[in-house]
Amino acid sequence: MKKILALTLSLCLILGLAACGGKTEPTTAAPETTKAQDQTTAAPTEAPTEAPTEAPTTAAPAAKVKIGMVTDVGGVNDQSFNQTSWEGLQALAAEDSSFEVKYLESKTDADYQTNINTFIDDGYDLIICVGYMLADATKEAAEANPNQKFAIIDDSTCADLPNVACLMFAQEQASYLVGLVAGSVTQSKTVGYVQGMVSDTMNLFGIGYITGVLEVCPDAQVLQYNANNFGDIPGGNTAAKDMITKGADVIYHAAGGTGMGVINACDEAGIWAIGVDTDQSPLAPEHVITSAMKRVDVASQDISKAVKAGNFTAGVHLYDLSNGGVDLAPTRTHIPADVLKLVEEKKAAIIAGQFTVPTSVDDCPAFTLK
Amino acid sequence: MKKKRSVIEIISSVRFIHILLAIILGFAVGALFLAVMGVSVGDAYGKLLDSVTTVKGISYVIVYATPYILTGLSVAFSFKTGVFNIGAEGQFVVGSMAAAVTGILLKDLPKPALIPLCFLAAMAAGALWGIIVGTLKTKWGINEVLAMIMFNWIAFYLSNYIAGLPGIKNTGTAEATQTISENARTLLSKQTIADLGLAPTANWGILVALIAMILVWFIIEKTTLGYELKAVGSNRFAAEYGGIGVNRSILTALAISGALAGLGGSLQVMGMGSRISIFSAQEGFGFGGIVVALIGCSNPFGALAAGLFYGALTYGGSKLNLVGAPTQLISVIVGTVVFFIAISVIFERLGGGIRARRNAVAREDKEKREAAKKPPLEEAKEPPAEAAGSGGAPEEEGKEGEAK
Repeated sequence: MKKILALTLSLCLILGLAACGGKTEPTTAAPETTKAQDQTTAAPTEAPTEAPTEAPTTAAPAAKVKIGMVTDVGGVNDQSFNQTSWEGLQALAAEDSSFEVKYLESKTDADYQTNINTFIDDGYDLIICVGYMLADATKEAAEANPNQKFAIIDDSTCADLPNVACLMFAQEQASYLVGLVAGSVTQSKTVGYVQGMVSDTMNLFGIGYITGVLEVCPDAQVLQYNANNFGDIPGGNTAAKDMITKGADVIYHAAGGTGMGVINACDEAGIWAIGVDTDQSPLAPEHVITSAMKRVDVASQDISKAVKAGNFTAGVHLYDLSNGGVDLAPTRTHIPADVLKLVEEKKAAIIAGQFTVPTSVDDCPAFTLK
Repeated sequence: MKKKRSVIEIISSVRFIHILLAIILGFAVGALFLAVMGVSVGDAYGKLLDSVTTVKGISYVIVYATPYILTGLSVAFSFKTGVFNIGAEGQFVVGSMAAAVTGILLKDLPKPALIPLCFLAAMAAGALWGIIVGTLKTKWGINEVLAMIMFNWIAFYLSNYIAGLPGIKNTGTAEATQTISENARTLLSKQTIADLGLAPTANWGILVALIAMILVWFIIEKTTLGYELKAVGSNRFAAEYGGIGVNRSILTALAISGALAGLGGSLQVMGMGSRISIFSAQEGFGFGGIVVALIGCSNPFGALAAGLFYGALTYGGSKLNLVGAPTQLISVIVGTVVFFIAISVIFERLGGGIRARRNAVAREDKEKREAAKKPPLEEAKEPPAEAAGSGGAPEEEGKEGEAK
């Protein structure tokens, strides 16, 4: 008896759940035909009021330009390029309502392909893959779907494909500028550097930084550490404390999440930290002197706009000092005026082509990470 | 001891209903979170349902479920034998790395030779990882849970180390191993995938999982080995008194459990993965296996069902971003389900206690009434009648105990 009662009860609950699921059928089927007006979670009541006002300006039949972004395993809140890229896309969608932007987070390495295919199946106009970890998955998907447009950040191995735009950044230029700052403000003539991983792309950060430091302070010692990990906050913290013990008074990190630990350690010890990718000043406003900015947001916006305008081009798109793709962070209150002046001069020299920051390990013997 | 139970009996069993309730409550709590965040519950759950009910979606669910079924089996097997294999994570990692290394170094071998070799390498690596911990336990009495958690990290960093070795490391810029040989992949042919409209990573790994499931069931239920392992699991001292080599049993159990998790790792890398990245965080296949084993009542067939459920949540959950809901919702749902399954055991005990007391009270009442009504002569006939009347409760309790 009791069993039957329990069974009926659970059946009722299941049916209730199924009914809930069933109810969504019409609303999820509708977007297939009216996707153009359907905002992310637009309530049905909103549609009639908005449709007439928007229709004349955006010309009713114009479909939305759908931009999909696939993060690497860092996730969308990584305080680094995934986040920057997504913020750029959100800003773009906010200022131009003809863009529809969505992201998918990857939990494991194997999710890249699944997420890219989700966007392909849903007919997105452009798929932005954030980070060189997605290079293989992007290449495979781009070859299998030659009509689908892709953009990938920080990778140039897909440059030969006709449907992939490779958004590259001159990391060494921004790193060189922060190196100048570090070399100028250090008093102990000992500076630190924490790198997330040793690879040709990542080494550019170290080479640029060390070149900059040694240019203004030739007898400076640069303590270097390879965390071999982009998500190891305690590891970054330990490495930075170790450097501080050895006398470092400025530490630069190019290590994603690991760098959070570096900045925390610097904040606690009251020495300067230099951030990377975004303006990391908010993490420790008193002790982040500057950050080597990489405008992933601008790059994502540019390529999205190009898709909308119909002038998408494949191949390498280089973002450097000359087009504002990399630069010092806008927060510059802690940098002494004379240092800032020096940085601006060097920046002008690089843009004018009078000086080239080395990109090879051979040109920077002081760089010891292998 | 265990008689065959029909499907209807299983479905109407208290344990099954508790799990169902736990799942429903999980979704209810998830809905609560969605409501608080201002995301439409219908949108989010509709997306979840939509994405796993198409042909392509189902094939994705199977692809995602395959490794979890194996780690679920691994943990379920260990539960049956009285050890808690929290080390499935590490065994999975060394298994997948062993398969990847085999698939990279022996890339010229033909498919029929390479694939079994990869499976064997993965199972051996996983079993080894289990045996090491088992030896620590049996030789020096080191708690296996602690040792396993540490061995998960050893596996993690070992895998990262191997992935960075020359000859294994990706030749491009990626921080990962090279892509394993095409001959080591278990993918279905491109033609089949295109014809049926399946996921591009659709593979036949699920068949291996099914075979493993039947094998596990067979070992546990039909062999002397399984009987011994279960006996050690129920009471190791009694088992030892009964002449079973307890230490040997624990080692065997951990080796089989580790081999299952290792096999899961190989299925993942040979099917969907194709390479192993340098991890920055544990990927959680082994920990997912614990959830699967819990939801699946530590039963091999339950592990299959629970694995598919977990795979569906993982795949469907990855699309939640599209409707503005965070993918972490899945963790909330799964966490809630596990929570309610865990406390359902308490409810069962509580329920059992209340039922027993109620029965006792009822019996006393009855006795009093009978005694008052009937002449003392007929009293002898009572016990059988009474047993028939309140027989339901003990039987039910027996079943619960069995399911645990």
